Amino acid sequence: MNTGLTLAAEFETPSVEYRLLAPMLIVFGVAVAGVLLEAFMPRPFRHETQLGLAVAGLLAAFASVVMLAGDYSVAASGSVAVDGPALFLQGAILLMAIPGVLATAERKVDVGGVFAPAGSSTPGSPAERLLVAEKITQTEVFPLLMFAIGGMLLFPASNDLLTMFVALEVLSLPLYLLCGLARRRRLLSQEASLKYFLLGAYSSAFFLYGVALLYGYAGTVRLSGIAEAVSSEAGNETLLLTGTALLTVGLLFKVGAAPFHSWTPDVYQGAPTPITGFMAACTKVAAFGALLRVLYVGVGGLAWEWEPVIWGIAILTMGVGSVLALTQTDIKRMLAYSSIAHAGFILTGLVGTDAVGADGELLGVSSVLFYLVTYGFSTIGAFAVVTLVRDAAGEATHLSQWAGLARRSPVIAVVFTFFLAAFAGIPLTSGFTAKFAVFSAAWAGDARVLVIIGVIMSAVAAFFYFRVIVLMFFSAPAPDGPSVVVPSPLTTVAIAIGAAVTLLLGVFPTYVLELAGLASQFVR
Amino acid sequence: MSTYLAAAEPATAEATGVLALGWLLIALPLLGAAVLLLGGRRTDRWGHLFGTAMPALACLIALAQFAALLERDAEERSVGSHLFSWIPVGALEVEVGLLLDPLSMCFVLLVTFVGTLIHVYSIGYMAHDPDRRRFFGYLNLFVAAMLLLVLADSFLVLYVGWEGVGLASYLLIGFWSYNPTYAAAAKKAFVANRVGDFGLSVAVLIMFAQFGGVSFSEVFAGAEGASEGVLTVLGLMLLLAACGKSAQFPLQSWLGDAMAGPTPVSALIHAATMVTAGVYLVVRSAPVFEGAPDAQLVVVIVGAVTLLFGAAIGCAKDDIKKALAASTMSQIGYMMLAAGLGPVGYAFAIFHLLTHGFFKAGLFLGAGSVMHGMGDQVNMRRFGGLSSVMKVTWVTFAFGWLAIIGFPGLSGFWSKDKIIEAAYVGDGWRPWVFGTAALVGAGITAFYMTRLFVMTFHGKRRWTDDVHPHESPLVMTVPLMVLAVGSALLGLALGPTGAIAHWLEPVVGAHGEEEPVIAVTLLTTLTVVLVLAGAALAWLTYERRPVATTAPRGSWLTRAARRDLYQDTVNESLLMHPGAWLTRSLVFFDNRGVDGTVNGLAALLGGTSARLRRLQTGFVRSYALSMFAGAAVVVGAMLLVRL
Repeated sequence: MNTGLTLAAEFETPSVEYRLLAPMLIVFGVAVAGVLLEAFMPRPFRHETQLGLAVAGLLAAFASVVMLAGDYSVAASGSVAVDGPALFLQGAILLMAIPGVLATAERKVDVGGVFAPAGSSTPGSPAERLLVAEKITQTEVFPLLMFAIGGMLLFPASNDLLTMFVALEVLSLPLYLLCGLARRRRLLSQEASLKYFLLGAYSSAFFLYGVALLYGYAGTVRLSGIAEAVSSEAGNETLLLTGTALLTVGLLFKVGAAPFHSWTPDVYQGAPTPITGFMAACTKVAAFGALLRVLYVGVGGLAWEWEPVIWGIAILTMGVGSVLALTQTDIKRMLAYSSIAHAGFILTGLVGTDAVGADGELLGVSSVLFYLVTYGFSTIGAFAVVTLVRDAAGEATHLSQWAGLARRSPVIAVVFTFFLAAFAGIPLTSGFTAKFAVFSAAWAGDARVLVIIGVIMSAVAAFFYFRVIVLMFFSAPAPDGPSVVVPSPLTTVAIAIGAAVTLLLGVFPTYVLELAGLASQFVR
Repeated sequence: MSTYLAAAEPATAEATGVLALGWLLIALPLLGAAVLLLGGRRTDRWGHLFGTAMPALACLIALAQFAALLERDAEERSVGSHLFSWIPVGALEVEVGLLLDPLSMCFVLLVTFVGTLIHVYSIGYMAHDPDRRRFFGYLNLFVAAMLLLVLADSFLVLYVGWEGVGLASYLLIGFWSYNPTYAAAAKKAFVANRVGDFGLSVAVLIMFAQFGGVSFSEVFAGAEGASEGVLTVLGLMLLLAACGKSAQFPLQSWLGDAMAGPTPVSALIHAATMVTAGVYLVVRSAPVFEGAPDAQLVVVIVGAVTLLFGAAIGCAKDDIKKALAASTMSQIGYMMLAAGLGPVGYAFAIFHLLTHGFFKAGLFLGAGSVMHGMGDQVNMRRFGGLSSVMKVTWVTFAFGWLAIIGFPGLSGFWSKDKIIEAAYVGDGWRPWVFGTAALVGAGITAFYMTRLFVMTFHGKRRWTDDVHPHESPLVMTVPLMVLAVGSALLGLALGPTGAIAHWLEPVVGAHGEEEPVIAVTLLTTLTVVLVLAGAALAWLTYERRPVATTAPRGSWLTRAARRDLYQDTVNESLLMHPGAWLTRSLVFFDNRGVDGTVNGLAALLGGTSARLRRLQTGFVRSYALSMFAGAAVVVGAMLLVRL
């Protein structure tokens, strides 16, 4: 009896600060509502309602993020941090999710949509036509997306490692599913899904093992507690170092850094393209946010130890991404390797831990935050463009099919060129400003060699981006080449948002750069 | 000197009323160019009228502004208007603004007024050209750029206009670019101008480095305290720019070939306005040159050499336009000479520039009218006796001719005479050398211009069989008449009254009464006598004696002058051949050395990529293995760092 009483006394009811958690609560609420809609809403209205609900939820969540701006506290008994980086990244994820969801909802370019309505119906078969006529489509993707977004919002805001693990799983599980739902090239899609799931589970094990070791070291999973233990140099250092390493491996898997990148090309290629764009942008943002928090807040006192490792991984990632992209023949795979290379570029900014800007902002953090925003929007736009280039078999992703595309559709070719220019870091696109920001942060953090390698790798990367541009503009189109489908306003808006942000942040980056600078301080 | 410096910094007031419309002066022709060039064939029917209306409107605004400036006190005639902030980067702040002062007003009036006349003339001259609209578009582009050049309130904005006129000049010289020679002429002009532009860009860089700013006020304020060495370099760079644009020695070679453009272009750009931009630059940069006597001396030398150089070429050319081009070169030499003399010459440089703008435009348009009647022939040896069939052209051309040779009473007399006087001011050897050069130049000018006039309009008819000379339509002859009036009266109105010197005083400063080393009356008499002698000699040679229809071999001097005193040969052997050789060797090095390295690197990366690709097997088990290995390495590295 006594034990029971003490337990009851020790167990505190967690405080829930609804105001501070509002962005996540709204998104999760919409996700749950979406599931209920699936149960009760008549089929013909589901798609539109789900889409409207999702977008409204994202906007409302963004509004609540804006209202929280400037807040600097912890919520839910200290397990969720509400601070600059968290709010900045949550805002970014929510804004990127909007074009992501819009592109996912596209049903005009391919009648029947992107997702398989039923596992048994092959594309173009009478069975499928029947399903389309009955408006039986996969509208569960919307609640799945919202759950994933909710997880992504929590991931960079988690202030203890268990919450972070939960967030990791919440964001990952729906993505595993979404990857496997492609209507066309279904086997490829399902293979991607399975691979992603297996390797994701594998990396979660690393993560979890790291958490366990760190708990063994510090006696707590709270990041601030670990930081305290590190500074007081108490406990077994091997536990600390091994735990940090394994935890970092788990997170590096999510950002797609080499040598934990091997899933990226296969999954990006197999997943339905709008999902790929969404995943490439938002997952990367969330995972880098979590990585930043762990490295800066949790084991910030250990920077001497982890910086060389991140150095090595950054170089390897940039190298693998840039060099392997050279020989890719599939546009989605090429973009996948490009995303690996970009993960490497972002990691260089991470190394500038002791770089402090003029107003006291942490350049390492603010440059990464800015890079994530620019890269995310360009990526969603670029993948949305990929969905439009089609032939009879669906998306024409082989590079040879893109030859002479500019003659078929100058507008799309120009827009895609613009995105590629942003990836390559050409001035007047956001990519240039972002690359400049991370490289200067790394430079200020005395990682000169890293910057030089980064610049060289950008030059290598520029080659394969420009190869596509040359292909689109200066090659003769193949006679039976693909055509560019005119999309519904959904995809058009998604591409327009991506292009507009890419241009704006290239020409007037000041505002967002300042915002990222203001948002560079973590709560501890 | 003290009066000069005080005058060099007139308080620039913010523009109000009609004076604030300076931007419109540039915007109107720019709009014209945009509409005509972007509108394409749709604007063909009314494009030429629209293109003419734009500079005409600008001219009206300029006249209103002129009137508004006249109402003000002399010290308050300098008004600036800030347009926008162009480059606000750290220490470099470049504002775009316009400066309307008596000096720029002169140019604005000349450019818009003569420009409008030439637009009107072109309506007739280009009537049968299928690309007339494009032609007007380019002309408008030129007018806009030229106005930007003269209205700029900083050297950087001036540079924009400077490049703009260069571009327009290139486009117009090569207007008939289907003819390879013409296209080559356009390229030649462009390249020669680049050499000069390089000087201007270096000058702007020096200004920024030394004075921390590029606006006129900042530079001139900085020039007061700058060392003579800096100012000399700066002055020489500006002079290099001026030489390129104004076809002065040693960058003069492009102007003759630039006559490939349609004749109104030669009149507007390569006689009346653009080529005088160099003179404007030197006069505008007066405070820089004032502090650099050595640079000034070089300006004078360049002017003197060019005026004789051009005059010599003009004596031998049989192509009417090329003879006029040589005369332009020579007349700008006069202006440059005057500009290099300092405050004593600035006003006269501008004065001669204005009168020259009128009579040279008139002469070119007259030549165009002759070509129009003669089926686009330019060889004066096949002209002759045209006075009877082209009465208006003949009379108006005569005014231009008398004006340029400095016939007493006409425009050129007042302005050129003043320059010769000013050149004789000073002490030591300089006035004797430069004054005499100017004086001899006047005699030669009289000879070659009379030769040109006589060979064209008098003597026997040496026409080829297929031509039927006729007077040009009214739309072409009216501008000729207006310009003829200007050629006759402008000098009288501005010179002896002291109007131009007084008008420009707030900008270029006053100068005391300084006596030439030869008495003024004697000098004037000497000039007139020389002019009459030159004219008489030409009259006797080309009117009294028959003119051969094919050019005789001539003396070595004539042969040299026909070949532009071997300027092209010199350029080719000194610059082109070594340049071509250098290019070829660089190409060789690039192919073998650089490309080899680059291609080798690319092959290396490609090979690496192809090999690394094999690691991407598609099997989850090997991915997991690589992750495991990676994790092991990371853990190992972390532990190793601590050791």
